[in-house]
Amino acid sequence: MRRASLPRACAAMLRRDLLLAWRRRGDLAMPVLYAVIVVVLFPFALGPDLALLQRIAGGVVLVTVLLAMLLALDAMFASDIEDGSLEQLVLAPQPLALMLGMKILAHWLATALPLIVIAPLLAGMLHLPTAAMPALVLALLLATPLLSLLGAVLVALTAGTRRSGMLLALMLLPLCVPVVIFAAGAVAAAQEGLPWFAPVAWLGAALILCVVLAPLACAAALRIALDS
Amino acid sequence: MSSWIPLWLHKLGSPPTFYRFAGAVRPWAMGLALLAGAIGLYGGLVLAPADYQQGDAYRIIFIHVPSAWMSMFVYAVMGVSGFMALVWRMKLAEVVAMESAPIGAAFTLITLVTGSLWGKPMWGTWWTWDARLTSELVLLFLYLGVIGLYHAFEDRRQGARAASFLAIIGVINVPIVHFSVTWWNTLHQGSTVNIFGHSKMAWDMLWPLLVMTLATKAYYVASLCRRARTDLLALEGGKDWVRRIAEDEATR
Repeated sequence: MRRASLPRACAAMLRRDLLLAWRRRGDLAMPVLYAVIVVVLFPFALGPDLALLQRIAGGVVLVTVLLAMLLALDAMFASDIEDGSLEQLVLAPQPLALMLGMKILAHWLATALPLIVIAPLLAGMLHLPTAAMPALVLALLLATPLLSLLGAVLVALTAGTRRSGMLLALMLLPLCVPVVIFAAGAVAAAQEGLPWFAPVAWLGAALILCVVLAPLACAAALRIALDS
Repeated sequence: MSSWIPLWLHKLGSPPTFYRFAGAVRPWAMGLALLAGAIGLYGGLVLAPADYQQGDAYRIIFIHVPSAWMSMFVYAVMGVSGFMALVWRMKLAEVVAMESAPIGAAFTLITLVTGSLWGKPMWGTWWTWDARLTSELVLLFLYLGVIGLYHAFEDRRQGARAASFLAIIGVINVPIVHFSVTWWNTLHQGSTVNIFGHSKMAWDMLWPLLVMTLATKAYYVASLCRRARTDLLALEGGKDWVRRIAEDEATR
């Protein structure tokens, strides 16, 4: 049997996952709907006070997107474990870390990208000033892949367990605290007219580090979780 | 393996040897913990003079500071033994890592509770989003995540390996907790006690603190020995040496 070349294997992996996501389009809409509902609830709970909503808008949108991603994370490897294709991936001659990297990329494209697209709308509903929108979108563009990568490692760790939903939240929370701090810091600085490049640069640095290390950690975690 | 490591250290890695070793160490460590704890508390609560600014309220540091040191120390032990569990697949390292987690979580909780009890009269608030406080809270969540992940697996050894992995990822938080008062200039005070160099604290107050530190360390050793012994018996049930112990206990 001839071995598929590495770029071709990566492309096949990416296409397969995106195709599977597209076949279940209804599931894709769920995180987006969830985010919209959560953001709509805030003005009801806090009252439609313009100044207050404006002040919390950036943080609310960030936390909502994070929670919506957390909901979707659980399903990252679930169907592949059920039908055994993940074991095949572990046995495949291609490096597991690279293949998992492709899976994470596909998952990010399918769940986080729609959330980023509607994030300005959500922020607009809470009256975030237009001047802060670029900072919000850029912060989300850097923060969501970070969450996907960190989340993938933890999802891989819980792959061998049955009840993983709440556990995943408990494990992801400490790791995503710095991400939330820097992303919210960038939006808050932009809102006050201050330079917001520094926190975004921190996010970018963390993202580069995670792009290199997280797939490797994810592969190691998956080997532990499936090893039985 | 290199020859500079003495043979008895290798032997200590085997469950029956460690079981006997821990059984011998435990009473001594517990006795030391009780003795040092009594001396340290008497020195701290009775002998040490009141602070000129805080009065008697400062005395909570004799619990707070040693617990805070232990919360980081136990996490470091958990990280190192977790690394050993993953790399060399030592059963004992898994046991030490997993049995350290609840003890460390307890120390972290004590740190947070005593800190907020002190914070109410001194800072005027139970809790503030200061860098040191937040990172200590994150440390508690990391401990809870490790414990939760360990118990989520049906196979205990697999759970121990997965949780060890999580513990290693979380090690990044320990230097953040330690240096948080240097990196961010927020409400929590900087470090007063230096191992190398001059401590900014009167000797009358310092010595009970150091004795309490010894007491918490000894308590950790004693508690870990007991927990590890129980865990080893459960993990190795059905093996000959466990059966022999069970028979001895039955005839006694």
